[in-house]
Amino acid sequence: MDYGTFQLPLLFMSSMGHDDLKEMLDSNKDSLKLEAMKRIVAMIARGKNTSDLFPAVVKNVACKNIEVKKLVYVYLVRYAEEQQDLALLSISTFQRGLKDPNQLIRASALRVLSSIRVTIIVPIMMLAIKEAASDMSPYVRKTAAHAIPKLYSLDPEQKDQLIEVIEKLLADKTTLVAGSVVMAFEEVCPERIDLIHKNYRKLCNLLIDVEEWGQVVIINMLTRYARTQFLNPNMNGSDKTFYDKKAEAPAMAKRKPYVMDPDHRLLLRNTKPLLQSRNAAVVMAVAQLYFHLAPKAEVGVIAKALVRLLRSHRFTEVFVLSSCRYVSQGMFEPYLKSFYIRSTDPTQIKVLKLEVLTNLANETNISTILREFQTYIKSMDKDFVAATIQAIGRCATNIGEVRDTCLNGLVQLLSNRDELVVAESVVVIKKLLQMQPEKHSDIIKHMAKLTDNIQVPMARASILWLIGEYCEHVPKIAPDVLRKMAKSFTNEEDIVKLQIINLAAKLYLTNSKQTKLLTQYVLNLAKYDQNYDIRDRARFIRQLIVPTEKSGALSKYAKKLFLALKPAPVLESPFKDRDHFQLGSLSHLLNAKAGGYQELPDWPEAAPDPSVRNVEVKDSVRAVGTVIYRDTGVLWQSSEEEERKHERKSKQRKSESESESDEEEDSESESSQTESEDSESEAEVKKKKKVLKKTHFKHSNMNICMYSCQCSFISFQAAESKPPSKPVKKDNKKEKKEMSLLDLDDCNSHANMYRPFLHLLLCLQTISPSSALKSYEMLHRITGEGLSVEYCFSRQPFSPDANMVAVQMQFTNNATSDTKNLHMEDVKLQSGMRVKEFPEIELLPAGEMVTAVMGIDFCDSTQAANFQLCTHTRKFFVSIQPPVGELMRPVFLTENEFKKEQGQLMGMNEITEKITLDVKCRNEHSIVQRVITAANLSRVPCGSDKECRFAGRTVTSSSLVLVTVATKEEGAAKLTINCEKMVIGTMLVKDILLALTQ
Amino acid sequence: MILQQQISVELNMRNSPSDPPCQSALFKGGHQNITFHQHVNPSQFIVWELLQDGPICRRLFSNSGNFWHTGTISCNIPELAAEMIHSLFLINHSGDIFLEKHWKSVISRSVCDYFFEAKEKAVDPENVSPVLQTPHHYLITIYRDKLFFLSVIQTEVPPLFVIEFLHRVADTIQDYFGECSESVIMDNVVTVYELLEEMLDNGFPLATESNVLKEMIRPPTILRSVVNTLTGGSNVGDTLPTGQLSNIPWRRAGVKYTNNEAYFDVIEEIDAILDKSGSTVFAEIQGVIEACVRLTGMPDLTLSFMNPRLLDDVSFHPCVRFKRWESERVLSFIPPDGNFTLMNYHVSSQNLVAIPVYVKQSITFFEMGPCGRLDITIGPKQTMGKTVEALMVTIHMPKAVLSANLTPTQGNYTYDLATKVLVWDIGKLNPQKLPNLRGSLSLQAGAPKPEDNPSLNIDLKIQQVAISGLKVSRLDMYGEKYKPFKGVKYLTKAGKFQVRT
Repeated sequence: MDYGTFQLPLLFMSSMGHDDLKEMLDSNKDSLKLEAMKRIVAMIARGKNTSDLFPAVVKNVACKNIEVKKLVYVYLVRYAEEQQDLALLSISTFQRGLKDPNQLIRASALRVLSSIRVTIIVPIMMLAIKEAASDMSPYVRKTAAHAIPKLYSLDPEQKDQLIEVIEKLLADKTTLVAGSVVMAFEEVCPERIDLIHKNYRKLCNLLIDVEEWGQVVIINMLTRYARTQFLNPNMNGSDKTFYDKKAEAPAMAKRKPYVMDPDHRLLLRNTKPLLQSRNAAVVMAVAQLYFHLAPKAEVGVIAKALVRLLRSHRFTEVFVLSSCRYVSQGMFEPYLKSFYIRSTDPTQIKVLKLEVLTNLANETNISTILREFQTYIKSMDKDFVAATIQAIGRCATNIGEVRDTCLNGLVQLLSNRDELVVAESVVVIKKLLQMQPEKHSDIIKHMAKLTDNIQVPMARASILWLIGEYCEHVPKIAPDVLRKMAKSFTNEEDIVKLQIINLAAKLYLTNSKQTKLLTQYVLNLAKYDQNYDIRDRARFIRQLIVPTEKSGALSKYAKKLFLALKPAPVLESPFKDRDHFQLGSLSHLLNAKAGGYQELPDWPEAAPDPSVRNVEVKDSVRAVGTVIYRDTGVLWQSSEEEERKHERKSKQRKSESESESDEEEDSESESSQTESEDSESEAEVKKKKKVLKKTHFKHSNMNICMYSCQCSFISFQAAESKPPSKPVKKDNKKEKKEMSLLDLDDCNSHANMYRPFLHLLLCLQTISPSSALKSYEMLHRITGEGLSVEYCFSRQPFSPDANMVAVQMQFTNNATSDTKNLHMEDVKLQSGMRVKEFPEIELLPAGEMVTAVMGIDFCDSTQAANFQLCTHTRKFFVSIQPPVGELMRPVFLTENEFKKEQGQLMGMNEITEKITLDVKCRNEHSIVQRVITAANLSRVPCGSDKECRFAGRTVTSSSLVLVTVATKEEGAAKLTINCEKMVIGTMLVKDILLALTQ
Repeated sequence: MILQQQISVELNMRNSPSDPPCQSALFKGGHQNITFHQHVNPSQFIVWELLQDGPICRRLFSNSGNFWHTGTISCNIPELAAEMIHSLFLINHSGDIFLEKHWKSVISRSVCDYFFEAKEKAVDPENVSPVLQTPHHYLITIYRDKLFFLSVIQTEVPPLFVIEFLHRVADTIQDYFGECSESVIMDNVVTVYELLEEMLDNGFPLATESNVLKEMIRPPTILRSVVNTLTGGSNVGDTLPTGQLSNIPWRRAGVKYTNNEAYFDVIEEIDAILDKSGSTVFAEIQGVIEACVRLTGMPDLTLSFMNPRLLDDVSFHPCVRFKRWESERVLSFIPPDGNFTLMNYHVSSQNLVAIPVYVKQSITFFEMGPCGRLDITIGPKQTMGKTVEALMVTIHMPKAVLSANLTPTQGNYTYDLATKVLVWDIGKLNPQKLPNLRGSLSLQAGAPKPEDNPSLNIDLKIQQVAISGLKVSRLDMYGEKYKPFKGVKYLTKAGKFQVRT
């Protein structure tokens, strides 16, 4: 329908009554009602008052036509507050809606009900919110979260009850609800930080899949949370922080070695990928989180993302630039050129960019920056030129070496035709000279010469002031200038005349012999000037400097008055001192506390108990299941392939979503699944597995999914059959042994017995094909005097450098005393190899164990990396030698791609070996298991069940590695490896051969 | 202290000042507005105006005639309830408010006066500060398509959150109606109003994904508007959106097409600053992959590149799986239905950025006499063997330049006397016969010679090539059985391409 046709009548309608509309609303035809409602809403949109139609409109609240109904809702929300009695008539309709079997009708009823700002319905709203908070549908629960702040602003006395609802919703495990409930939390009870503890890890893990707006709110809240719960990561040693100097003193006193809380690390790790969000607000939120929470060395990662934001919409650019100003602690230096100014930029952006450039200036880049500034000075935009001149002044003050260059450049500007430019340069030169006048008498001389040419009064005046001020440095020229000025006195502008008088007075005081007559002459001229200011000044100065019997006590102090040392002006950014506001907040932008701004708390001096965040293991595993999409890397595969047992769990949410779209009662299916997890009966467990089996996943990606999940810590340990970390350790010591012995295939039959561990186990299978992570000894505890170190290739992408292999090390202190300052030194490598050292471990208390990850670029060779492992007392020579299978990473190929690639790697690049398979290793499953254990490859789907194919790429050179195992009768098999790198190929053949035959 | 807090008011009503109170009422409410309406009993209305900063209230209007009202107001101030976006005003270029939407209470449009004042001062709309502070509100404005989107907020909120949301509003309008202009918005004012209602609930974004919105409020099509006029049907979806409920909120369930197709446009823009001598001061490439995906069911796509390492910095649509990108440098995603921006990327100046054209120019203003000369020649440099099209040169002349008398060898030029902008529209670049523009400029008599030469802004297009050399190697689909049509198009454009003179 074309609304345009209504535009004309609308113009007249506002002045007339709305009788025709009332008639239309009262009619029986939906189409008439609809038309009337559309006109009314159009009037509301234009800000016209239509409140007199309220009774006629509210009657239609129960209208069957969904569009009419919707528009009536819109109207109601707008006017209910003004017509409370009448609005109450509609309440019963919404109450009915709250009980509707359709979740969306329930949600929309709650939405409108809670938007009606009528105090009398507070109890009804409260009840509705409470019910909706335990609704089966996550969408309704989300709406409930939205309704909470609405009710709170209507009646703050409901706070306590609302907090209960918030607490309940915070425990919700769906991404849909998470953002909205945190928003409600922030609005109603931001001080109840204790409500977050139990949900902290879950929120961190869900974060990546929450919608963008929710992410912003959650990240901001977690920033505040982290500031209250964790220790300042920048507190130890000489590592001075730039924003937290206050907190430093007490910390130094205690001097406890700092170990980052794993939860703190979890937050940093899980927010980092969001720097890649398309939403500028999310990127900014992560940037501020890193700025306020990350160790100084890691803050740099945000620079690239912020520079990217500069290229989005213009107002975003303004905002980001104004934030960049405070962050520019060198981390933007590589992006210097991104801040270069274009002549088409609006002035406010130019000025901001200039500010950033000035902050970035240092000894190394100053010449580039000055050259750039030179082009700006020629700009047509004179305000911008003035700002540039000031920026040059600031660069000159900050960087001593270029002061002279800057001064010379500025002196040249004095001949500019534009008054503003000259005035600005003179002002800046004046300031610069005031810092070291004795060194620059030649510039003062130069400026004195300029008086012949420069006609701009402001500049002439400034020069005269300078000469007067530093007349001792130019004793010969000053009187001469005064002579010239006296000559042209009558033709000068007032402002210049005043400065001539000033100069004369100063010279009279310092060099009265030469200038006495001149001064008298100037003062006489001034006495008869047209301007009374000048006449006044002349009279005043004469009284002050020329001693007569009448002149009072003041003339004694004339010298002091005129020749007092004037302090050099401080050239500083107009945007200083803003770092006490949270970066990216409105208050920060305005440099004033906006209503509702919440201070970012200072770091605590001692960390509060971290165990408050512990949740029962079972719960946490379920929360992992809720991580659905983005960080999983899970791929849906074509269903031809027979699913593998170890492939079945991982992302159960995906399967839920599948079943949701299939089934009618979608929300129920989800909750039933949740219930099944709680239930103890084996039947239920089996049923669930059936559901899970529906989905097919590619296992090579599964290990990734665990990477960020909160129990990865626990599970890694378990996978290496190491003592599990704290939360597990205490409760489950007994089961531990059995668990590691447990055959994976048996877990169905043992399900009951190992019930508490089932989730963990299922989870483990997904991480990596169970025992795939083989660990090696680096340092035996006897050689290491109590310190033992084992390492394994975790097969995780090493995030700081994709060309490196991640090596996970586990340090165990078996000694009775603490080990301190664990770090590495003296790395000896073959050429081309590189190592990313693990961060120093400050303290390893006796009996404790920590893990650390380092990255090594082995250059696709099995050469060992040798280095020294140092503690505070000893050094140990150790080495890490990778099996060839760890020098690759899995890639996903389809069958066709595989064949195509294989076709290109024939001849020399192909190695074939006939083998006889081990007796235990004659089914497909175990072949896959063993190959994947031996080498970090991924399975390639394959039509025939006689063949297993695997693919990977070497980590450094990204050369393809293709492995085929074709089985024949009686355990005979053919192993084919295609790889560009023959050495790798040959070594890999040996390793896989060994794995399959023994 | 700003008002807008919870206020409870106690009123005593008397027939004359000396009478004892005959009726009293206590009421409370959170009111953002100064005007305060209260219905005391069915037959009496009193409208109060609360004055800020103190317990004073003044009667404005009463229908009870002979009552005297004295009131005490106690301001009990709890923690200020924060909200995100309070109201939105759409303002056209000439300063008329043509649409307003309030998500909480109504804020008088007079708050916009602060904005108008700032706009007046700023001369150029581009220069209006995005955040303005007024005594009781903060105004955050974006300027898009010659419209101002002005949002009113009252408490602390990340400004980018608001800015980003306003852009999302503009994007949605653009997506629905094909353009975002005053006339289009006013033609569809009810739909726009409903959209705003859905996008924000209580000032917090609710549904901003266009796929979800389109299920709730169908975009107008010619066919539907004809059908609706005939049948009286509506454009509000009667089934409710599934997208909100699934775990893949950007895609609705049950998508069906007879022709399944997935097209990707790789568009690159060269941002560069060249200096007088033609050497590069700064150059980088901004790339974007726009997708148009119309596929049945729930396809899971994987897009891989020949040379992904080229990409220096990337940002993704929420559908892209981070981990797969990190580990394998492929884009793995379940796409939204329809058009969307899959990713933005950036190829930084470290990699050599090819500059497709060179410019030989000389612009001189003579010291003597009010005139100057201009001579510009453009030639191809690194064009990857493709033709440069839609070549255009824009010059912002100094104020003193009165008119230009020039001869182009190709294309034509215009000089706008009011804005002092010279535009030379060249068209296709022929490497055999380089386009040249030369002639004289006349200056205002008596005006000083302009200090500096204006810089040249260059626009161009090169079809079928991404200047960075980025190439899509393949697109795979999982989860569905049919064979879709696939296609990739490349286009290079000049972004902020400036030659300094």
